[in-house]
Amino acid sequence: METLAPLLYLVSSVLFILALRGLSHPETSRQGLNFGILGMCIAILTTLITPAIPSYGLIIGGIVIGGTIGTITALRIKMTALPQLVAAFHSLVGLAAVCVAIAAFHNPEAYGIGTLGHIHISSLIEMCLGVAIGAITFSGSIVAWGKLQGIISGKPLSFSGQHLFNICFALALILMTALVCLTGSTSVFWGIILVSLVLGVTLIIPIGGADMPVIVSMLNSYSGWAAAGIGFTLQNPLLIITGALVGASGAILSYIMCKGMNRSFLSVLLGGFGADHTPTAAGGYGDKAAKIGSADDAAFIMKNAARVIIVPGYGMAVAQAQHVVREMADILKAHGVDVRYAIHPVAGRMPGHMNVLLAEANVPYDEVFELDDINRDFAQADVAYVIGANDITNPAAKNDSSSPIYGMPVLDVERAKTVLFVKRSMGSGYAGIDNPLFFGDNTLMLLGDAKKMTEEIVKAIES
Amino acid sequence: MQDQPTTLTNEALNLSITAEQLSDQAHKLALDISSYNFATSGHESFVMMGFTIFVLACFVGYYVVWRVTPALHSPLMAITNAISSVIIVGALIASGPDNMSFSKIMGFIAVVLASINIFGGFIVTRRMLSMFKKKG
Repeated sequence: METLAPLLYLVSSVLFILALRGLSHPETSRQGLNFGILGMCIAILTTLITPAIPSYGLIIGGIVIGGTIGTITALRIKMTALPQLVAAFHSLVGLAAVCVAIAAFHNPEAYGIGTLGHIHISSLIEMCLGVAIGAITFSGSIVAWGKLQGIISGKPLSFSGQHLFNICFALALILMTALVCLTGSTSVFWGIILVSLVLGVTLIIPIGGADMPVIVSMLNSYSGWAAAGIGFTLQNPLLIITGALVGASGAILSYIMCKGMNRSFLSVLLGGFGADHTPTAAGGYGDKAAKIGSADDAAFIMKNAARVIIVPGYGMAVAQAQHVVREMADILKAHGVDVRYAIHPVAGRMPGHMNVLLAEANVPYDEVFELDDINRDFAQADVAYVIGANDITNPAAKNDSSSPIYGMPVLDVERAKTVLFVKRSMGSGYAGIDNPLFFGDNTLMLLGDAKKMTEEIVKAIES
Repeated sequence: MQDQPTTLTNEALNLSITAEQLSDQAHKLALDISSYNFATSGHESFVMMGFTIFVLACFVGYYVVWRVTPALHSPLMAITNAISSVIIVGALIASGPDNMSFSKIMGFIAVVLASINIFGGFIVTRRMLSMFKKKG
């Protein structure tokens, strides 16, 4: 048993690595998922058969309760609400880490890290670190969840001296950790939890809605570091390995999202983006006026096109237009038109969100292309059909150095022969920035609800 | 003449008692030393080993995650969410003892939270992955 348990933990670590490896292609992804589930089962069963656990009643009860809640939530959740679900799940990992650390602090004998009040210093440091990251993940994720759900305003809420405030809190955490190590005081330990909870809120609340993909990824990373911290405390390599894998994964996703918006990670953390822009009045960009088209015009142009690229944004998902867009694509394909989809890294509200939404609408994944793979092809395309997207197509990011999104990689839709831009009104985008594309010579604005407009186009093509 | 053997046996008895006490002390000392080793240097060496494992796992994670196709970044987040709930291992140990205690309750809460994540995370990943289909 003494050597068997570490061996089995190693097996499940390897299975977790294989699970992530499987996601390198949709074909192998389902097998990867099975590896992950198997790894988790091995980890849980191995722990249950160790002699440290004589009573099973409460454990089985807990797994049944949690499993039921988790299963029902996961089966019911709509794919548009995925970012909220993931944020909520992150908060649970954070809270679980806090609970485990508290349990270890009050009953260190069970984990073999000392006796009550006499826990080894290195264990105490790790415990404080784990509990702090866990608590920040918990409260931060709750705020992120509230912002995504629309309960808390997506506008950045900043207050004067907030950075100073956060720095003071961080310093207080370090001091309190030192105090816990020196005195083993329970009340200071609880103080760390409290301060970390407040810090989680003040860190995330100033961050604007447009930066949420970065924040969700960052919290994903934090939940991993929290698990690794607990792994150090419990001297369990499986937790350390898994925590490091998850932490690295979240960090990479945050990096990709930052690059997709041309924002530095620090500036996202400092917050306040998307607040101070008063969009200029509709219809007036210099002396140019936007050309407004109808569904019939759009149908005519697309029917006679050879190559159409559809550029979806989060607005398409909000309008629930993805199914009718796919229907339109099917009809166009039947007319011999080549249809493809172009996806910007930050098109949805979390990494890869738009791919999932299109997949849900039965769009084959080999028709969907990432920015780098398709951007050159806009020059050969007859039509770019922009639906529910705005900022990710804004040419100002390339040629207007005064634009707040200057330098952000954008889809070169204006290179297509015609740009069909579906939009509810002439207002600005999610980040509150004007888009000169509306007034381009080859742009036809289709004003209306994304779903209704596409339905009308479908009807017009068929007739 | 008769006293001599008695004093001799008495002395032998005393000697044996002292020897026993001495061996007891030695045993206790040995135990102390061994537990001291476990308590301090044993743990210190785990910190170093744990750190080694941690850094290497970060590198493995880095290279594996960069190979994940961007189309599957959402399932990646959901599955990492589920596997980070392997923290349930610590929760199980806390909620294992026979006697009810504060840390057992904390362990129970952590088991519930982690289970929500494990089941929820894996199921939502499965839902997403089953949607990704090829052309035709």
